[in-house]
Amino acid sequence: MATTLTATKTLAARKVKELSYNPKRPVWKERPSPLYQTIKALVLIVFSVSILTPILLVVSTSLADNDQLMRAGGFVLWPERPTLDAYVTIFKGPMVIQSLGVSLFVTAIGTVLALFVTITMAYATSRTVLFGRPVMLAVLFTLLFAPGLIPSFLMIRQLNLLDSLWSLILPGIFGAFNFVVMRSFFMNIPGELIESARIDGATDWQILWRIVMPLSKAVIAVVGLFYAVGFWNSFFNALLYINDHSKWPIQLLLRNFVVQGSGAADQLGITTAPPPQSIQMAVVVVALVPILMIYPFLQKHFAKGVITGAVKG
Amino acid sequence: MNSTTEEAPALPEADRVPAHAEGKRLSIGRLTRSKPPVPTAQSFRSRLRRDKQMLLMMVPGIAFLLLFFYVPILGNVIAFQDYQPYLGIGDSLWVGWQNFVDLFGNPDFVHAFWNTLYLAAWQLVFLFPVPLVLALIVDSLVSARVRKVFQSIAYLPHFLSWVLVIAFFQQMLGGAGFVNNTLRQFGMEAVPFMTNPESFPVLVVAQMIWKDAGWAMIIFLAALASIDSSLYEAAAADGAGRWRRMWHITLPGLRPVIVLLLILRIGDILSVGFEQFILQRDAVGAGAAEVLDTFTYYTGVIGGGWSSGAAAGLAKGVVSALLIYAANKLAHRFGEDGIFAKRAG
Repeated sequence: MATTLTATKTLAARKVKELSYNPKRPVWKERPSPLYQTIKALVLIVFSVSILTPILLVVSTSLADNDQLMRAGGFVLWPERPTLDAYVTIFKGPMVIQSLGVSLFVTAIGTVLALFVTITMAYATSRTVLFGRPVMLAVLFTLLFAPGLIPSFLMIRQLNLLDSLWSLILPGIFGAFNFVVMRSFFMNIPGELIESARIDGATDWQILWRIVMPLSKAVIAVVGLFYAVGFWNSFFNALLYINDHSKWPIQLLLRNFVVQGSGAADQLGITTAPPPQSIQMAVVVVALVPILMIYPFLQKHFAKGVITGAVKG
Repeated sequence: MNSTTEEAPALPEADRVPAHAEGKRLSIGRLTRSKPPVPTAQSFRSRLRRDKQMLLMMVPGIAFLLLFFYVPILGNVIAFQDYQPYLGIGDSLWVGWQNFVDLFGNPDFVHAFWNTLYLAAWQLVFLFPVPLVLALIVDSLVSARVRKVFQSIAYLPHFLSWVLVIAFFQQMLGGAGFVNNTLRQFGMEAVPFMTNPESFPVLVVAQMIWKDAGWAMIIFLAALASIDSSLYEAAAADGAGRWRRMWHITLPGLRPVIVLLLILRIGDILSVGFEQFILQRDAVGAGAAEVLDTFTYYTGVIGGGWSSGAAAGLAKGVVSALLIYAANKLAHRFGEDGIFAKRAG
């Protein structure tokens, strides 16, 4: 009796095992124990939830109406009657629109200039040319040593760029990391392709424009996105160089209005206010949305870019 | 043998090779102690003519480097002056090493220095292993879909600015934040997560994990993917269990990356993060949040002590450069590539 029982038990166990067989699992890989599986799932879930909760909280609170916010004590995880009141309000005052304009301007112009400087520099040093090596070393030295905050500030002041949007653009138009990614991509373009174009009489600029750049669309997209995210996110340069409120980028506005918690609505040029909480959150969302919008593109390409830069160098 | 055709004078325009190919030739030349096979007969002037446009392409980049890197480096001379903005660098008094002497006698600077090291230690112990563990878990996932979803979520915060990250933390954990509000509703006491100087290192590490641990997984995942799966299969056939395989195959496979990242982190030990601290210094106070970079900012730009600020920045920059250089040498010693070797080649 007892033996048959255990036999049925093992048979049943085997059956369960067969049923849960996953064709994607390599044959040699044993199924993890339930405990181990639970721990793994828990780690992944906790990590994901901790990332998503604040984002959900902020977006929901920005959309929530007054009643619900009062009842919930300031925050909601899901708006019952979503309203765009907070957004309408922040776009009525001049500050948010101005700072969005500043950020968009800096990001657009900065990214174009940065791509120009990086592409030309990377292409010129990716072939053996006169002074190629010393220039390359001059770039790599920037990875080792930074001039420091005070001298950079004095330089911007010397150039009369204080309180000018160019102080947010120019210091960011070249980055050694992006340069390295770009250059290592260019170096893998077969030399024969370039030589044959030269023999056909193309100039170096024509080769870069007509042959190298069309072949490098992917890496240009990645590097361009990296620069764009960098310009959009940069806050410290503005803190250093910009005093004029009308030239604040969105990140500085966010810092002064939300993080420093001054939270005064009149700072945004708003007189009548829905709940301050949802206005603050609306400003956060405004700064967040552009990144969320380009994130799918970023994600498609970046891993490749990072690995080229970090591993292959 | 077609060596004769190769030695025939090439078109002056047609002898550029990818820069790494040149590196290879040179190293062969060095090994055999013979002249490099690259034709050297061309005169400087003809190369200049050939490379005219390429040199033109370097001009914007070089202008950038001069304007925002090399000239500001020279600006560090004010660390040896009693710099007064209205006098300028030309007319300010030279004081030699006095600024540095004052600096090391300044308890605030000494505090910032030790605090930097303290926070760096926290990061090394509690931050460094997180992406590794996450990567091991993600790599062990069988379902490609779960893996992809998790990666999409985990990489996202890397692209958010520090201002946003701090704003999120504030809304969640701040005095009037979600968690404390909820605690109060249940009649419990609020916890000062964001303003308690004692627990500030924990907060800093938590924020860094939130923002960058997922992103830092990428490099480990790439290393894990490059481990030959037949090794696992053979080990499993020989009866090695999960943990044995991890110990004898996975970790040795990851060793180069771990050693490299660890060494680089140590080389970068004086930079524990900047915006993160500037943004929170008001909330937790200078005692907990002052690091070398914020000291430079507050002394120089806010306090108007341009020369002491510059001296602090220069001291930090020089020590950091030496550390990075030494770390890189150490990486080579361990047989790893380091950051500069391959990039320079």
